[in-house]
Amino acid sequence: MSCWQTVQDYGLRAIGIGERLLPREGFDLCQQFTLIGSGLIWNVYFGLLALLAGFFIANAVALCKASSNPWIRKPAEWFVLVFRGSPLFIQFFLAYFIFLRIKQAGYMPWLTSAQAGALVVLVLNTAAYSGEIFFGALRTVPRGEVEAADAYGFTGWKRFVSIVWPTTMRLAWPAYTNEAIFLFHATTLVFFSGFPTWRQQGDALYYANYFADKTFNPFIPYPIVAFYFILLTLALIGTFGLVNRRLNRHLPQERRTRLKFRPNIIR
Amino acid sequence: MACYLTTGKHFGFYWSFVTVLVLLAVTAPTALLFGFGGASAARSQFLPIRWFGTIYISIVRGVPDIAFFLFFVIALDQGFEFLRHQYLCPDWTDRIWQGNDFVVCSAAKLPLGNAPQWVHEVYGFFLAVLTFAIVFGAFAANVLHGAMQAVPRGQIETAEAYGMTRRQAFWHVLVPQMWIYALPGLSNLWMLLIKATPLLFLLGVEDIVYWARELGGTKQARFSDYPHGDWRLWYFLALLVFYLAFTRLSEVVLSRITRRLSHGQATIGATA
Repeated sequence: MSCWQTVQDYGLRAIGIGERLLPREGFDLCQQFTLIGSGLIWNVYFGLLALLAGFFIANAVALCKASSNPWIRKPAEWFVLVFRGSPLFIQFFLAYFIFLRIKQAGYMPWLTSAQAGALVVLVLNTAAYSGEIFFGALRTVPRGEVEAADAYGFTGWKRFVSIVWPTTMRLAWPAYTNEAIFLFHATTLVFFSGFPTWRQQGDALYYANYFADKTFNPFIPYPIVAFYFILLTLALIGTFGLVNRRLNRHLPQERRTRLKFRPNIIR
Repeated sequence: MACYLTTGKHFGFYWSFVTVLVLLAVTAPTALLFGFGGASAARSQFLPIRWFGTIYISIVRGVPDIAFFLFFVIALDQGFEFLRHQYLCPDWTDRIWQGNDFVVCSAAKLPLGNAPQWVHEVYGFFLAVLTFAIVFGAFAANVLHGAMQAVPRGQIETAEAYGMTRRQAFWHVLVPQMWIYALPGLSNLWMLLIKATPLLFLLGVEDIVYWARELGGTKQARFSDYPHGDWRLWYFLALLVFYLAFTRLSEVVLSRITRRLSHGQATIGATA
């Protein structure tokens, strides 16, 4: 079987297109690269959607946390505390059993599937982490900028949208890039937690684990996963770097913050 | 209810909390040691060692830690068995990797096939600790490397001016001063480590996640004195509360240590 044939059979296996059975013999490099790569589709799906939805919720959380009204502030603080203080792995399990209860009560049965339920957990999780990052950045917006905005007659919503928020984003961006990378790494947990894998349609690590179990040789599939994830990380840093360039475009050259490949491990 | 919570299986559940705490207590210093080694290696003057240190630090950054956990458990196991095989059975002629099988002579098996159950468990736990230490050692190396860079250059120059050798300057000037720079990163790492402990479940250790699934599952009246429905939700809720309390406690303790350590240091923390 040629490699191109393998790609046709298994290239989209993770989303249910192509050969139904997973390969049972051979396990050559081509098969492993193809199948693990097809699993990566799910990692990108979870990562991108969670990042997108999480970004908006995180902004709301940060604003609520900065609110002076305790009825708005307290829930946001608790939300951040719970999601940042407990392991994502436990959150997945807990969420799955909660969704199972909801399903048994007859509502929203689709929530128990990994593709929807795990996504909800990831969105909330990243919202809490990035909400904390944005909140921290919101506190460090230079006073002078806000005073200048006041002097120019900006008030309320207009002041927030055109002065405070862009600066918040600029300050938060390096840490947020780091969070995005961690979020993509966290997507590998989905198929190892409570959520069932439907028809063996798993993510990259799921297939790597499959190969390692079958061949008793961890030295090929896991480095392939590592290779794919390093590519993914580089792509993320590239994209976020572009946004960073745009956010910093008004600053003189030497005051611009640059994104580095070796980000902090803070999450 | 009191009877239900004190069945033998529940003691297994409580015992697994101890397992988690022991794992944390053993892993944290080991990982710190690995990290220290990695960070010093990355500063070495000898090029291959420096490469090794730099690669060790940077590779863990780009790749999900779960991939490493799954990888190292098998890889370490095979590595140990391979070494023992070379040592114990030198006249073995077959290949070790036969197609899709990994075969070593029975004397080299780890743990030995006839070993009691607890040896298997301890060995599994040992592999888990080593895996955690390697992965978190790389994170710690990242932090410590940054901390070593953060110690003001003038301090080292002064040490050299006093005629200290590189080694003396490293041990007597750099190492005592770097901790305060490393502390924020290390506290963060401790939090990450706490939150990584449920992954023990994936490494095949009977940890709290394992027991919560086991005990919470539906029990029929035929097999258990205490039949109940699906209680896994409540068991995992208990785990969540446990972790929340644990991370909160760590946060408080760590902020105290930070305050203590920043005493008399020329950082913002000390003056504030």
